[in-house]
Amino acid sequence: MRIELARLAARHPAAAASAPAALRPLSLAIAPGEQVAVIGPSGAGKTTLLHALACALRPSAGRLLLDGIDPWTLPVRALQSLRAHLFLAPQTPPLPPRQRVITAVLAARLPARSLWASLRSLAYPTGIAEAHAALASFDLAPKLWHRVDRLSGGERQRVGLARALLAPASLWLIDEPLSALDPTRARQAVDTILRGAGERGVTLVASLHQVDVATRFARVIGLRDGALAFDLPGREVTGEQLATLYAQHEHELTGAAAIEASAPASAPTALVCR
Amino acid sequence: MSAVTGAPPELRDPAWTRRLFWLLAGAVLLAPMLVATEFKPWILLAPDNLAVTLRFVGDFLPPRLDGEFLALVAREAWRTVAIATAGMTLALLLAIPLTLLSTAALSVSALCGRMHAVPFVVRQAVRWLLIVLRSVPELVWALVFVRVVGLGPTAGVLAIALTYSGMLGKVYGEILESGDTHATTSLLRNGCGRLQAFAYGLLPQNASELTSYTVYRWECALRSSAVLGFVGAGGLGQQMDTSMKMFNGSEVSTMLLVFIGLVWLADMVSGALRRAIG
Repeated sequence: MRIELARLAARHPAAAASAPAALRPLSLAIAPGEQVAVIGPSGAGKTTLLHALACALRPSAGRLLLDGIDPWTLPVRALQSLRAHLFLAPQTPPLPPRQRVITAVLAARLPARSLWASLRSLAYPTGIAEAHAALASFDLAPKLWHRVDRLSGGERQRVGLARALLAPASLWLIDEPLSALDPTRARQAVDTILRGAGERGVTLVASLHQVDVATRFARVIGLRDGALAFDLPGREVTGEQLATLYAQHEHELTGAAAIEASAPASAPTALVCR
Repeated sequence: MSAVTGAPPELRDPAWTRRLFWLLAGAVLLAPMLVATEFKPWILLAPDNLAVTLRFVGDFLPPRLDGEFLALVAREAWRTVAIATAGMTLALLLAIPLTLLSTAALSVSALCGRMHAVPFVVRQAVRWLLIVLRSVPELVWALVFVRVVGLGPTAGVLAIALTYSGMLGKVYGEILESGDTHATTSLLRNGCGRLQAFAYGLLPQNASELTSYTVYRWECALRSSAVLGFVGAGGLGQQMDTSMKMFNGSEVSTMLLVFIGLVWLADMVSGALRRAIG
């Protein structure tokens, strides 16, 4: 799927009107099949960007084009069928605790299935082999028939990622896929995602905290304070650029410390009960 | 109290006066309600009334346990269970579609920002329908249906079905909206239909709460059918009404024991189902 952003800005719906937008006017183009990592310090707008791309958040300004179509001009029904071609994996895996892993993974197939076929799959799962293969590529094959609440946090996260392999999507938007994984598992998970996306020819946009993993992507986008800091091939990202990107974050940290330092002066008022 | 008055100001709980105020305000608001309901519990203990009560309760012992009567009670108890179950089934048939229509957790337009106007109006209309269904007491529905379909269990079944569909629809909707909707919104965001998102996200997320509420309502339907029996809607309640009018306490106490057994059974079923779902 081809993505074009024309001066797209977005703010969280619950944010105060005076608060700065989570995403400042941003222009980008991502070609079909491209694999992009989005990095940046916390609060840089990574998740907001992914949500805007997933049509989960209406832009407050500017335009988003997916394969040349502005999704927000579509009627609700057409927008919903466009969403079937997008796969958004949130940072917290969206798995009901009492569901079995097989059902949770096959849920990714739902947009391509009729209601009748999805209900029949609850009675006896259809697509067991594909679900098994998807889990096996994340080293989770033995968990196929387990319940989600019996899994560890890292296993749940990988089940959430295994969903992508079954989704009928041409754009994968994966938010912090490695936050609960140890370094070995993280490397393996990224390999599986990159290979899976390459085999299917889907466009991949993943937000990441692990800078070393991000540089293995063909293209790396650095975000800072909701604005584009750099947009480079993964190999060309230098340590200096990363230092600058995260330096802002350190500045924020010292800012927070300064506020803390002034806190004791106002503390006695907080102790008075009203 | 001495601690409150004697301590230096900085050691006194500053929330105390506010707490005292609300306690008194609650009492002032409650007193007229006690007057309105003529709440005078000491009347129960007046010697004359106590004698009446003891005579009535004394009648209950021993319960009537001869074979002929037990067979009758078993038959009527079975009918009561049947009324409650049939009423609940019909109520579910009505409540489930109304819940799916009314719950905001399955709104596609509310995924990003506000719900659109048309779905909002539809959901509000369904909510009002649920309010109407449950605000008419089942006793009133039963009196209506007894006139339409005649004396017997059918009136009880229809009365329970209508009132309970309103209650089930309301509480189901609240359970679905108060639970974690992350799984459901994720499915909707990935392009699933509402019913698919319900079956794969909302239902497994809330299965345990929905089951225990449903079994509890079935238990309430058992009790309800006893009350409905008094207006001729069949079952154990109708039998109890007859025995009460004949001042036959021993028969009444047998039937009350059966009711205790039925409620205990509902409790067991609820516990077992909750354990099975986990």
